[in-house]
Amino acid sequence: MSAPIIELEHITKSFDGQMILDDLNLTVHENEFITLLGPSGCGKTTTLRIIGGFEHPDQGRVLFEGKDITELPPNKRNLNTVFQRYALFSHLSIAENIAFGLKVSKKSKAYIDDKIKYALKLVNLDGFEHRTVDSLSGGQQQRIAIARAIVNEPKVLLLDEPLGALDLKLRQDMQYELIRLKNELGITFIYVTHDQEEALTMSDTVVVMNQGYIQQMGTPENIYNEPENAFVADFIGDSNIIGGIMLQDELVQILGVKFPCVDSGFGRNKPVDVVIRPEDVILGEPGAGRLDGEVSHLIFKGLLYEMEVMAGGFEWLVQSTKCFPVGTPVSISVDPYNIQIMNKPESEDEEAIGVQE
Amino acid sequence: MFRNKKTRYTMILSGPYLLWIIGGTLIPLIMMFYYGLTTADGGFTLSNVFAIAEAGHAKALGQALLYSAVSTVVCFVLAFPLAVILKNSKLGTKGFVVFVFILPMWMNFLLRTMAWQVLLEKGGVINGVLTWMGLPRMRLINTPGAIIMGMVYDFLPFMIMPLYNVMSKIDNNVVEAARDLGASGWQVIYKVLLPLSVPGIVSGVTMVFVPALTTFVISNMLGGGKIFLIGNVIEHEFTVGDNWHLGAGLSLVMMVFILISMAFIAKFDKNGEGNLL
Repeated sequence: MSAPIIELEHITKSFDGQMILDDLNLTVHENEFITLLGPSGCGKTTTLRIIGGFEHPDQGRVLFEGKDITELPPNKRNLNTVFQRYALFSHLSIAENIAFGLKVSKKSKAYIDDKIKYALKLVNLDGFEHRTVDSLSGGQQQRIAIARAIVNEPKVLLLDEPLGALDLKLRQDMQYELIRLKNELGITFIYVTHDQEEALTMSDTVVVMNQGYIQQMGTPENIYNEPENAFVADFIGDSNIIGGIMLQDELVQILGVKFPCVDSGFGRNKPVDVVIRPEDVILGEPGAGRLDGEVSHLIFKGLLYEMEVMAGGFEWLVQSTKCFPVGTPVSISVDPYNIQIMNKPESEDEEAIGVQE
Repeated sequence: MFRNKKTRYTMILSGPYLLWIIGGTLIPLIMMFYYGLTTADGGFTLSNVFAIAEAGHAKALGQALLYSAVSTVVCFVLAFPLAVILKNSKLGTKGFVVFVFILPMWMNFLLRTMAWQVLLEKGGVINGVLTWMGLPRMRLINTPGAIIMGMVYDFLPFMIMPLYNVMSKIDNNVVEAARDLGASGWQVIYKVLLPLSVPGIVSGVTMVFVPALTTFVISNMLGGGKIFLIGNVIEHEFTVGDNWHLGAGLSLVMMVFILISMAFIAKFDKNGEGNLL
């Protein structure tokens, strides 16, 4: 991995006596697309604002390329922000909006004009120079906000839920746009969102946050396939989280039935949380699997059917391309490598969601 | 007479307002035009209007324009930083601060001006303090400074309110975006806050400038009858001079300035953001 560009060291921040971030440590590398993901109030936006210089941490340091920038105001930092609600200057034309940062840093007119053209082309809005802010749609305004930020050639671009206000189709288009931009510009993106799909689609690294703590950090595949705790498993995609007992290495007991798995090192007879993704649950003829049950709900979701199966006293969420009508007796089985074993939460902070026993 | 019940109902409800407009605005306006455009024996003339060009009248108008312009600028210089400070403060007491500045407005206008008379007089409070400190007395009352002081004191709330209104509506994200793009604190003020508060500025300027331009009470009380503004001239013609025709003619000239101000508001304050009324 390339060199670190931003390091947060022991960041603590509280508002009105309420702890938002508690001893947060995070390293962002050059040219990385890193996403801070979590529910509202988890501290992700505060983290971004501390990097941008809009909030001052109560404790801890912010390093930029190894230098301490904790005390630098936002205008002295070599990074730019794309705000959630665009925050364009309504008294300026589109060209003047994009030129704002360049004019402040006293660039030549020829340079500014070149940059405006280049930036508008980059965000696919050529010819919009003389339009007013009000005449643009939400998606277009967001592109201008991005153009306005990147003309300053920041080393790091901060994006605070930039697609939050757009409709679904536009959001999906913009996700591809952002990935393309990131690759063309070759700079670091720090992205904040509560949308797990957005995070998985675009990021090199996903940082899952909850209640001021980093719950897990890794590649999208890593986060999805090997959630470290029940919060991550539940927040990233749908999952069945079941209390179980690790009988011995590679053997777990769920709902009174033994399931072979691939995890080891938990010790003998240790209570654990077991995560099984709905698409990994295999339905078959009664008696053919490990548990027998009956389909209790069925929803057609386009790509696949989503079913709830009552088996062993637990309502399993199951996704399958095959349809099993409500009332069908079925059996449930899971491949060993699709069973993810997690330690029970040790602190209350991790226990953000109740795990069904 | 009425087509249906609903129209009649509407007519009855709007009746008082119609009477008010007719009695309070329309008839006085017609009277003003009548007197302003006629001679004492009833013949048509424009001389009452053109009388503004006479040396004494032109001087009074010039002085009124100068004094009201100066006090408008002073009001703006006092009110704009206050609005910026209140916008940036995270206090929950913003409303209270504004209230304190607006408070004098609830007191009678004449009383407030009279209070300044007492303060500025030769044997007044300020000179009393100066004497007590062993300093020589100063001539405060009956000076242009006293009149401008009075105008600023009386009309400052009309500048603060629209400025505070428009400033508090500016999205904080926009300020942060400017900071993020490299603007210093000052650059944020003159590149973002100032242009975005233009509607409020235009409202405030108009609401201070127009009443200051036409006032005669402030210049009477604090100018000691020595400084004649156009308002004093008009008042003089109606009362002492007993020449309603000339007074009305000069008033028509003042109306031109008011109409220009209204046109300015309409142009810059399209969304009614800075509007207090």
